[in-house]
Amino acid sequence: MKLIYEQSVPGRRGVQLPACDVPEATPLPAALCRAEAATLPEMSELDVVRHFTRLSRRNFSVDTNFYPLGSCTMKYNSKGLEAAAGLMAPYHPMIPLLPGGEALAQGCLGMLHGLGTALAEITGMDEVTTQPLAGAHGEMTGMLLVAAYHRAKGNKKKYVIVPDSSHGTNPASAAMVGYEIITIPTAPYGDMDMEAFKAALSSETAAVMMTCPNTLGLFNPHVKEICDLAHGVDALVYYDGANLNAIMGKVRPGDVGFDVIHVNLHKTFGTPHGSGGPGSGPVGVKKALVPFLPSPRIVKKDDGSFAIDRDNPRSIGRTANFFGNFGVMAKAYAYILQQGKEGLIRVSEQAVLNANYIMSRLKAYYDLPYDQTCMHECVFSASRQLQHDVHAIDIAKYLIDQGYHPPTVYFPLIVKEAIMIEPTETESKATMDSFIEVMIEAAKLAETNPEVLKEAPVTMPISRLDETKAAREQKVCCIG
Amino acid sequence: MDLYFSKEHEWVKISGTTATVGISDHAAHELGDITFVELPAVGKTVKQFETVAAIESVKAASDIYSPLSGKVTSINETLENAPEVVNESAEEAGWICTIEIADPTEVKNLMSKAEYDEYLKSL
Repeated sequence: MKLIYEQSVPGRRGVQLPACDVPEATPLPAALCRAEAATLPEMSELDVVRHFTRLSRRNFSVDTNFYPLGSCTMKYNSKGLEAAAGLMAPYHPMIPLLPGGEALAQGCLGMLHGLGTALAEITGMDEVTTQPLAGAHGEMTGMLLVAAYHRAKGNKKKYVIVPDSSHGTNPASAAMVGYEIITIPTAPYGDMDMEAFKAALSSETAAVMMTCPNTLGLFNPHVKEICDLAHGVDALVYYDGANLNAIMGKVRPGDVGFDVIHVNLHKTFGTPHGSGGPGSGPVGVKKALVPFLPSPRIVKKDDGSFAIDRDNPRSIGRTANFFGNFGVMAKAYAYILQQGKEGLIRVSEQAVLNANYIMSRLKAYYDLPYDQTCMHECVFSASRQLQHDVHAIDIAKYLIDQGYHPPTVYFPLIVKEAIMIEPTETESKATMDSFIEVMIEAAKLAETNPEVLKEAPVTMPISRLDETKAAREQKVCCIG
Repeated sequence: MDLYFSKEHEWVKISGTTATVGISDHAAHELGDITFVELPAVGKTVKQFETVAAIESVKAASDIYSPLSGKVTSINETLENAPEVVNESAEEAGWICTIEIADPTEVKNLMSKAEYDEYLKSL
């Protein structure tokens, strides 16, 4: 397929404008003009339409194929939610910021407030800010809140504890806020090693950051004890909500003792994501942290109307322009209202059931390092296939040929040759069965004809990319 | 010259008061193709088993923990443009940095080559 620049024909235009019949305005000063004309493709409208339509047909998404990318919760996002969010689209983000503008934006402000209230209810927190623009942004906001809490109390805190199964963004966010990281190993059961945790916990511990269920898809049975021990030294406990899709309506992190949580609306609450955005990572907190929440906040007044409250002297400040990724939030709010309480409970039940179905059917063919009932995702190891010199990446590439997005591979880091599968609740048994058959086929090929796996993909416009070269020689340039 | 290994798969060669640090052949193999080595600043002070450098491969990014406490005295600048040297020669040309040893008794927390080989079998 040719690049759009390669299709350019000098003089070709999409629109033919009539000759200008008014005198030309004073030309721009030469210093402000570029030395040579910009290189733009010259094409007809039809050429452009065909080019981008062709490109779009090469797009791979959950709308086209099964996408069991572990830890990413690539559920199908109903088009009805797009339509619902579209109702909010005409409202300019500046309207509520104009003098008296709040009165003109009651619907938008009410949506933001309603979403915050719903998330607080789902997570068991006292108040939620919707400002953070993505999960990692939520993590950093949460850790800034932790730091503000300790600063206000005059606490001398230095360390943040994370398990070695955590998302890399957990230690990164804590380090960005200025804490040193203590990493706790994983115990044989797949949860955090409690003895190592107790040994690491001290009066200098600022926070413990946990993902529960963790990146192995396992729920930590000691989670209450961990919260209690942390509170004993006035450390706060952070809940990474990346895996919230497993527990909605079953466990509320706030009830267990977590103090701060971020929620990935783009994962759990049915908004499209991938390739870097857009996301939204609201942060919920317990009462003790409310004064530090980002400002401004949306409040509901006694008369039932909504207002923007800028009077938050102890706030950590603004963490996003306007009120965050509004469109993502509108879809998430529509999703929550569409599902309702019973629906969200069934979402989690079905997500967990689907993951366990895949796990139980594939465990005869792939090693399962932590062999127990999983939550919303399961983590296999390709160590058995490695004996035939077949790596997780080879199986992933073979799946592309068969029309499936590969699962997450090589994460979590604590599992050798990890293959992390998260089917989500929106997939049918028939779809999962087809995927399972292909995974079984791959396991058989590893033994009988590994070359097929090592040469994959062969059905794509381009064959296997040299990932090492791409990472080592990072050259990004514009053609033309 | 004394050679020791850590549980986190770093090696350290001790010559007088200088320690040369790198990652083991086993670690380099497990990481896969290494794409970037974040070297420490010369003069940086590190404690035993604290992060001294970081390494990225096509599979993962990992911290490199200093096997001994001390001050970084030199770094292997070759790795800035040729991180693949770690894959090719992890325990020789792919060294990461040298450290002026602060406390020689810390070697008691490390393993000999024979002990490390035994440790690898247990993994």
